[in-house]
Amino acid sequence: MRVVFKTSYDSDIDLHEHRGKRVVTGMLIAFMAALPFFVGDYYLAEATNTLIWALAGMGLMLLVGHSGQVSLGHAAFLAIGAYTDAVLMGAGVPFLIAFPLAGIITGLFGAFVAIPAVRLSGIYLAIATLALFVIIEECIILLAPITGGVGGIFAPAIEIFGVSFDRYAALSNFYWLVLGVVILVTWGYANAMRSATGRSFLAVRDSEVSARMLGINVTRTRSLAFGLSTGMTGLAGALMGHYIGFFNYELFSIFVSINLLLVVTIGGLGFIQGAFVGSILITVVPQLIAILRDTANASLGIDLSAIPGLDTMIFSVILIGFIIYEPSGLWGRWLKIRAWFELFPLARRDMFRRQKTYLKTERMR
Amino acid sequence: MSFLDIEDLAVHFGGVKAVDGVSFSVERGEVFSIIGPNGAGKSTIFNLISRLYRPTRGRIRFDGQDITELPAHRIAPLGIARTFQNIELFDHSTVLDNLLMGRHVHRTTNVFQDILFLPRVRREEREHRQRVEQVIEFLELEAYRKKTIAGLPYGIRKIVEVGRALALAPKLILLDEPASGLSVEESREVAFWIEDMRRDMGLTVLMVEHDMNLVAAVSDRVLALANGRPLAEGAPSEVQADPAVRAAYLGRREVAV
Repeated sequence: MRVVFKTSYDSDIDLHEHRGKRVVTGMLIAFMAALPFFVGDYYLAEATNTLIWALAGMGLMLLVGHSGQVSLGHAAFLAIGAYTDAVLMGAGVPFLIAFPLAGIITGLFGAFVAIPAVRLSGIYLAIATLALFVIIEECIILLAPITGGVGGIFAPAIEIFGVSFDRYAALSNFYWLVLGVVILVTWGYANAMRSATGRSFLAVRDSEVSARMLGINVTRTRSLAFGLSTGMTGLAGALMGHYIGFFNYELFSIFVSINLLLVVTIGGLGFIQGAFVGSILITVVPQLIAILRDTANASLGIDLSAIPGLDTMIFSVILIGFIIYEPSGLWGRWLKIRAWFELFPLARRDMFRRQKTYLKTERMR
Repeated sequence: MSFLDIEDLAVHFGGVKAVDGVSFSVERGEVFSIIGPNGAGKSTIFNLISRLYRPTRGRIRFDGQDITELPAHRIAPLGIARTFQNIELFDHSTVLDNLLMGRHVHRTTNVFQDILFLPRVRREEREHRQRVEQVIEFLELEAYRKKTIAGLPYGIRKIVEVGRALALAPKLILLDEPASGLSVEESREVAFWIEDMRRDMGLTVLMVEHDMNLVAAVSDRVLALANGRPLAEGAPSEVQADPAVRAAYLGRREVAV
């Protein structure tokens, strides 16, 4: 077992506990940056998609995992981000301005609608955000002159200082762009979580009454969490628009909201890493199902595509399994496995016996 | 004018008069205890002072300022910290983080500085940590620094909650049954802390407690309540000897204690 000997308060403030972890992060970033050199376009596009999902997942993670609020309407914020970016760029605004603006506008909108919504909690908040989603969807259709309505809208090709970052013309560049955005956002997210801002989110999540007694303005903190969350989701939406190229409101269906919730719950509520693990799962499993379908068809002559809703069923089974057997998600499971190896052979079976299975805010109140 | 002035305080929930016309004042540097049978309205008074309940009538003045109408989150910045009868900690965070959350009112950075983690944020984090370490040392919580609350025994949680209130560096601390559920040794320990808080930290302590030994050991003055109304006020021995108090606790007939 590794014992970290701490000699200053800074070692608790730093993002990485010890040098080993810093090296691992560095290697991971280097590997991700080098990815375009040794995988083909198909897998690179899939990796880009996964990163975009991870970005959106981080948005929802901040809300559900760290500030304890549920949202079933995050597809709407993806849509706002995508449309803001596409419309601004269509009007001739360069990407470098349109993209941050998409995040800021989505975030401000999210914080604004949160002011009434954060007074609700649990299932009521879920319903309110679901209603918001329906309203936004209708608005997109009604605002046809701007959004293209049912027909859809083009996300213009990205060009920064004459270099193309187009998803089709220059996929590697687009991938690096997405990777850069994801790294920056992750860094900012981790910073927020290690400072007073993050602690106020956790405080509001775990005990509202204590938070108030410590001088935390609960309504403002929750709105802030909503704003930051939707801001990140807006950025993801903008990138998703560019990734798809041509889209209409159907890209941001209720299933996208639900998939995002899957990302954060299966990944592990309350872990930034969980958003990444969850998004890998959510983008890889459909591919695996497709492969399974093909092999079943080719070798056994069973036509699985005749079964409608196979993907949904498999996802549902995975989700139910996690809720019952591992509420801390894939990342929580990984931490336990790692601890087992670190402590070997001293790990005990009931070491991780759950004291309290769910976060307070997950219970229906 | 006193440090904390409660004037004709009352709160009615429908027909239930939980607190009905209670007045008292606490001087700076004093340990003031409120006692009374269950349902007397002791914790309700705490909830009124910390503005979780809105009083039906009466005024609360703290350090010359009327706080009767302030929202709950504006109480802590004035220098009032409290603990809860049924521990209200942040269960999924470590002891250290819980104590750091107690430093919230001393925060000067905003969310954007936090996200960029400017050098100033790091400086402030170090400062918070240093103050929290002092509290950890005072309450001897060193062994539990990195433990998650959910896995800690009851006695330790109770102490952590006091620590979180102290991390706020308050002027007035409200302790809601600090010794309930603690062993004899532990509650003796509590008596020492309260002495130290008053003597070394210059705190004013307002306490609700059932353990009469503790109350008698540390309190300067005691207020006895029953059914939301004051029965007696004065030095611990006077209040304990008061016939009305004895009647409220033990019934009508005089029984030797």
